[in-house]
Amino acid sequence: MTAQLLTFYLFSGVILISSLMVISTKNPVHSVLFLILSFLNAAGLFVILHAEFLAMILIIVYVGAVAVLFLFVVMMLDFKTSINKDNILQYIPIGILIGIVFIAELIIVLINTKFDLSNIQVLPNPLSDFTGKSNTEAIGSVLYTDYILYFQLSGVILLVAMIGSIVLTLREREGVKRQVVSEQLQRQGKIDLVDVKSGKGVDV
Amino acid sequence: MIELNQFLILSALLFAIGVIGIFLNRKNVIIILMSIEIILLSVNLNLIAFSYFLNDLTGQIFSLFVLTVAAAEAAIGLAILVIYNRNAGSIEIEKINALKG
Repeated sequence: MTAQLLTFYLFSGVILISSLMVISTKNPVHSVLFLILSFLNAAGLFVILHAEFLAMILIIVYVGAVAVLFLFVVMMLDFKTSINKDNILQYIPIGILIGIVFIAELIIVLINTKFDLSNIQVLPNPLSDFTGKSNTEAIGSVLYTDYILYFQLSGVILLVAMIGSIVLTLREREGVKRQVVSEQLQRQGKIDLVDVKSGKGVDV
Repeated sequence: MIELNQFLILSALLFAIGVIGIFLNRKNVIIILMSIEIILLSVNLNLIAFSYFLNDLTGQIFSLFVLTVAAAEAAIGLAILVIYNRNAGSIEIEKINALKG
């Protein structure tokens, strides 16, 4: 058993266990923390697959932004998680059934098939053109040329998400005094400009 | 040497865990959003595994876009959750029945 295989089993075991904990712990804060753990281990798997750039992006974006966003929301909202037990037990059979069907179908297919990837030629720009370049360099040289439209579109998606979530959570509060700049500037006849001699002062 | 099938089985298991999480959870919507994140993570793992074994960068590019969309989806979903909690006072799934579905 090579070190690579051992690392793969370590990472995948931690991913599976921690994502099981995500869906089974009572405390939402704990499940966010387990989500972070499983993302970190997925980043390790990405490194095994020579996708270093995506591994780092996964850590930065998911652990640094998305999971912290989840943590903020979990901590700011106070859930009433008091729920009676039989309500939960009611959904376990259908959940287990659907899960077993999913896992069985996928694994039967995957065990019985041996993917022969040797004679598949999917794209005109395979990775072997990028020998000698780092992963980030290779991604950049493809992303900013062939996939520039999709890159820009994903930027638009992020902009829409940003505006949408700001607009959704913005609310007008009653009784808050704000500065209205245009009204301030339009006050006429109530302002005097006085030429003050030095050392004298003015009478108000 | 690791084979492609190992990665595919791992991501199938992750996907199933995410789906089970959606079905089992009846407490709050946040766990459901996290299950969706797990599902998207398994999809990303699939894409990157194929990208490695096919010697093709497209999977990684596509995975980058999936990451983008997942981040946007998490932001919007959490914003909806916050205003729903503000309006209805609770985000228990069994009490979310305004549409009588």
